[in-house]
Amino acid sequence: MGTNWAWFHRFGSPPHVYRLAGLLTPWFAWPAALSILAALYGGLVLAPPDYQQGEGFRIIYVHAPSAWLSVMIYAVMATAAGIGLIWRMKVAHAAAASCAGIGAWFTVVSLVTGMLWGKPMWGTYWVWDPRLTAQLVLLFLYLGYIGLRSGIDDLGRADRASAVLALVGVVNIPIIRYSVEWWNSIHQAPSVMKMEKPSMPMEMLVPLLLMFLGFTLYFAAVMLVRLRAEILRRERNASWIREALR
Amino acid sequence: MTATTPAGSWQAARIVLQREWLLAMRRPAQVLQPLAFFAVVTAMFPLGYTPELAKLRAIAPGVLWVGALLASLLALEHLFREDATDGTLEQYVLSGQSLTWLLLAKTIAHWLLTGLPLTLMAPWLGVALGVPLSAATGVMAALALGTWTLSLLGSIGAGLTLGVRRGGVLLSLLTLPLAVPVLVFGARATELAIVGDSPTGALYLLGSLAVLGLTLAPLAAAAAVRIGLE
Amino acid sequence: MVVLLGLLLAAPVAELVDATDLKSVGRKAVPVRFRPGAPWFCMSALVVNNLSVYRGERAILCRVSFELAAGRALVITGPNGAGKTTLLRTLCGLVEPEEGELHWRSERRSFRDAEYHVDLAYLGHEAPLKMDLTGRENLRGLVGLRRDVAPERVDAALGEMQAGSFADRAVRTLSAGQRRRIAFAALGLMGATLWVLDEPVTNLDRAGEALVQTLLSRHLATGGLLLAATHQPLGLDPACCDSLVLAGAVP
Repeated sequence: MGTNWAWFHRFGSPPHVYRLAGLLTPWFAWPAALSILAALYGGLVLAPPDYQQGEGFRIIYVHAPSAWLSVMIYAVMATAAGIGLIWRMKVAHAAAASCAGIGAWFTVVSLVTGMLWGKPMWGTYWVWDPRLTAQLVLLFLYLGYIGLRSGIDDLGRADRASAVLALVGVVNIPIIRYSVEWWNSIHQAPSVMKMEKPSMPMEMLVPLLLMFLGFTLYFAAVMLVRLRAEILRRERNASWIREALR
Repeated sequence: MTATTPAGSWQAARIVLQREWLLAMRRPAQVLQPLAFFAVVTAMFPLGYTPELAKLRAIAPGVLWVGALLASLLALEHLFREDATDGTLEQYVLSGQSLTWLLLAKTIAHWLLTGLPLTLMAPWLGVALGVPLSAATGVMAALALGTWTLSLLGSIGAGLTLGVRRGGVLLSLLTLPLAVPVLVFGARATELAIVGDSPTGALYLLGSLAVLGLTLAPLAAAAAVRIGLE
Repeated sequence: MVVLLGLLLAAPVAELVDATDLKSVGRKAVPVRFRPGAPWFCMSALVVNNLSVYRGERAILCRVSFELAAGRALVITGPNGAGKTTLLRTLCGLVEPEEGELHWRSERRSFRDAEYHVDLAYLGHEAPLKMDLTGRENLRGLVGLRRDVAPERVDAALGEMQAGSFADRAVRTLSAGQRRRIAFAALGLMGATLWVLDEPVTNLDRAGEALVQTLLSRHLATGGLLLAATHQPLGLDPACCDSLVLAGAVP
């Protein structure tokens, strides 16, 4: 086991991660921009309007990826927090902290786009659709995480406490989703109120997948930038900072 | 050394339960306040909506559950906070006993003093909302399981918010989203009981949540308390 | 460049200075080392190496090391904020150190090891008593987690600390000194080998101090270990005491 883990433990070193993050960012940022632009063009211009939902369905290009990403980011955040807790790596905690804001924001975007989709569809901004409701609960989970972090003064304690919270949350997310689906199905909501995904011919599907990719790359790029800032903030008294900022 | 025998886990748990019981008897107000809160909140709904029992019956599951949730959250604030302030919790950590086990004992005591009374009160408050007494067993079964799971979930939040200024609000913000499944299954079971159908399906789901909480929550709570005591 | 190098070298030194010197009062100290084959009473029961504790980026303790043999007391002194309380709490496993090794009874252990905790009793600044219970009930609760004690022994312990007269009143009604006496009565019953005390004689009057001295001396005489952070002299036999001075962070 000995030397095989050396590469893993090198990630515990803030200067190493700082440098690595700086190098990797453009490799995520440019493909992200290209991907998103291509997807936008494909989705807004090339794809034909859905025969059922007309032009309104196009909002799915933003709604679906951001919803998926909001859950994925929580998983990434919980994983980073777990690594930080078990292997006691401060950098992992810094990574978790960097993810939180992005994840919360994507959740807000998915909620807002969901609402904007709802208005032309059903004439109302909010429906208790299982997906929207689950996103709302996810937003509360994010806010709780961020609130706990800001409520504890000592940084080490805040890291560890929010790590426990993130792990508890990530175990709960599938349970919450299941219960919300169950709740919705029990109460026989009129099917008009459900957010039906339009059936997907190739011209619609490809831009959507590109958008998923683009958003993911975008998240990676932004997360790396925030991680660097977070590392700087935490290590500001350390000696290597002066070298790194030269 | 000393001619005494080391305490086993059951002995330690008994000591914890005894102590919680004694404390509750000395400070009955702390135990009764959440119950009073439950009653007051339940009374607010007819005042804010309608006096018609038929209409109230329709919203009764939600009202009862939200009231029980909020009352439990009020009581959860005290679960660890005082023990942390006066150093008792540290002694638990240092006792050589499993902290998970001791905290579970504390949570059980907390449920017996809060969740159980809330459960017993609920059918009577339900009557005020037009719920027939025949539904009492179903209502109580659901609330018993639900408040139990909530006590477990809340113990995690209580541990995490130790030492946070004004941690009570944060505790609610942390625990309520995690309690959504409990609320959903529990309210459904209550609703079925009120209408007269069998709530067994929903109760099984509630039960599985309770078991899951029992196995995982004390571990998370112990980790949270250790972090909070630093 | 040279200035920068100089700053870099000076930083660890200026960060935190800790003087770990084992000097006993009045007698030249003989460092006790574990030698295989030596009689058991030559072993240091407690060995701590390179203990460092950080709070945020600030180092509160920097590579503190010491050994303590059975029957000896380590008296920890230093100015306010030097990290005495943090050191004691870290040794109990209440605070996670950045680095550090613990050897208890010649075995490498974690600070959170259950067997280590069974042998350890900690008394902090405040006596860990519930306000609404009586002294006796508190005592039964504190000790009962660790061992079964007969009521006669409880009475005896309370009598030793001369706390019998107020042991059945609610702790809320007692003075700080009285609470401390009850806490010490509990300490005596816990059956722990290592006692970790933070400011043991604060709030105690002359009589109380004398009682605590007797208790501590007896504990050392029966082979117990004592770690105490204190501002005041404890009145223990200087031959059994080692001293650790924490100088605190140099601004």
